[in-house]
Amino acid sequence: MTTFLPDPLAPPLEDRLLDVDPRTRHTGLAREAYDALDVVLDPELDEPVTDLGFVRSLAVAPGSHGSTDVEVHLRLPTSFCSPSFAYLMAGDAQDVLTALEWTGRVVVELDEHHDSAVINAGLASGSGWAGTYAAEEASSLEELRATFRRKAHTAAMERCLTDLLRADDTLTEEALADVVLGDLAAGEHRDALLRRREALGLRTDDEAPVLVDAAGVPHPREQVPMALRRARSTRVSVDGNAHFCRGLLRTRYPGSDADQTRRADGSEPADTTYHAATPTTAQKETQR
Amino acid sequence: MYTKDGESYFIVDAHVALWDARRENQRNVHGEQFIDCFYDYHRNLSPESELWGHEEFLYAGGERLMKDLFTDGYVDHAIFQPAYLGEFYKTGFGQTEEAFALSQAHPDKLTYNHNFDPRNGEAGLDQLRADAERFGLQGVKLYTAEWHGDSRGWSMRDPWTYRYLEVCREVGIKNIHIHKGPTIRPLDRDAFDVADIDSCASDFTDLNFIVEHVGLPRLEDFCWIATQEPNVHGGLAVAMPFIHSRPRYFAQIIGELLYWIGEDRIQFSSDYSIWTPRWLVERFVDFQIPEDMTEYAPLTLAQKKKILGLNAASMYGIEVPEHLRLPEDLADSGETATGPREPAAGDRDSLVGAGR
Repeated sequence: MTTFLPDPLAPPLEDRLLDVDPRTRHTGLAREAYDALDVVLDPELDEPVTDLGFVRSLAVAPGSHGSTDVEVHLRLPTSFCSPSFAYLMAGDAQDVLTALEWTGRVVVELDEHHDSAVINAGLASGSGWAGTYAAEEASSLEELRATFRRKAHTAAMERCLTDLLRADDTLTEEALADVVLGDLAAGEHRDALLRRREALGLRTDDEAPVLVDAAGVPHPREQVPMALRRARSTRVSVDGNAHFCRGLLRTRYPGSDADQTRRADGSEPADTTYHAATPTTAQKETQR
Repeated sequence: MYTKDGESYFIVDAHVALWDARRENQRNVHGEQFIDCFYDYHRNLSPESELWGHEEFLYAGGERLMKDLFTDGYVDHAIFQPAYLGEFYKTGFGQTEEAFALSQAHPDKLTYNHNFDPRNGEAGLDQLRADAERFGLQGVKLYTAEWHGDSRGWSMRDPWTYRYLEVCREVGIKNIHIHKGPTIRPLDRDAFDVADIDSCASDFTDLNFIVEHVGLPRLEDFCWIATQEPNVHGGLAVAMPFIHSRPRYFAQIIGELLYWIGEDRIQFSSDYSIWTPRWLVERFVDFQIPEDMTEYAPLTLAQKKKILGLNAASMYGIEVPEHLRLPEDLADSGETATGPREPAAGDRDSLVGAGR
């Protein structure tokens, strides 16, 4: 059994290279399993658990009938992170690993969370979210997921439009009403926006207007500046939360920065990964 | 009072606590997890020179609180905002008797707010009336993620909550401080959702609703609600220390708040003893929106004075010495406005233009 827990004897972080892609520390089937977790997102932060450093360990071992068992431990920035998000990520991780054709027994456990016992028992018995919290009359988590998918789109849209405003002094906010996808410069921000639009089922052709609501409807021209401001507050929130959560994880689990990719949006000099040369979350997403 | 460059500031620390999270008071593992979560916030966001050891963080005590706030911290008046957390701590988290005794010994310096839990039903209503009388309550601190038996949270929209707010009205409690945390009810919702504040703010227009942590991590939802409701305010607990490690994010938080809710509805706090006020006050007075963030207008002196103390002083009727007030022409009429603030903040010219 191979484990990837942080090595307590490792030299202090500053003496290590943060420029190593966390994925490359896994090989063979373990690497395949780790890569599969790239689609498991923290819905609020709009980033994969593999980029956030939430995968604490991943181990593979021979299973029955030629299959391979996988055991994954997840960790979160605080023990009081929201149980709904925690369950969502752990449940998704279990689903994608189970879907791999070579996996046998799949164990996903959430470590050191205030509701670890309940969540882990629910995952192990396959009772699902509603079954796990039956006493609380839980319904589906899909609306929660949809809310944050919309926020992720809003933030991606704002980044693209603010890029345009900063690049062109003559462009007014009202004029953003006329901006279409084809006007956006190629790059990470545009790629990210296209993916978020796809997730919402919105148009992705060059003629599609950029500043739209979650249903793809453009705003009346006079409301464009306000729509941009609202989108900006969403982007500020997503970036701020993402970096705060990443920072808290590093505080709670020393050395976990080695498991985090660099998030360029909202990055500040105090971030240990600020100068790292690892691919950013957005670059990685583009490569996938 | 804090003085720098010939300007003096009246300081109200609108959210402080005197908690006891020592081992002997922890009821279970959650008591340990809860304070460790606070301690990680402290370690993550504090400058190295301001770091506390884990043991001293568990309990500061009244003497140290007085020193940190009033002797060293420039604070003129502080307001206790205690969380009960009876499921995690034997005598609760916030120490009612100790904090109330302190506030009685220093009535010019300390105001004691208490809390209620609408799940206590009829008996809780009577208790609230009794507490209001005993403590002379002007405000309450509500924590919607509080555990209570099998329940893991409640909503400001609950019919029982409304009955408690009606009693608040009746007994003269005007300031409702709300802290959102990771409640797991309703389970399929966003645990930090601030939408329920919209309803109660509309239905109780004669009460002030101060959303602590300015709604973080739901800043955008908070701004949208608060811009429409003149009686919704933002408390800067937990937001303040970003001024050190994430000054650009802090600038964005302040910039967004000033744009959406304006300078009259934002209150400074250290969230003592997660952080101490001294360095936060010093940094905030020195703080300015970074030059390249042209989407936000620069912070004015009047805005800093209002946020650091004048806003909360006005809400709580705290006497401000004449020389620390704003000149008449800078002071507001007492009415708070709704809608985004135009035009200085965030208009298109300031966003794309190079100069100010």
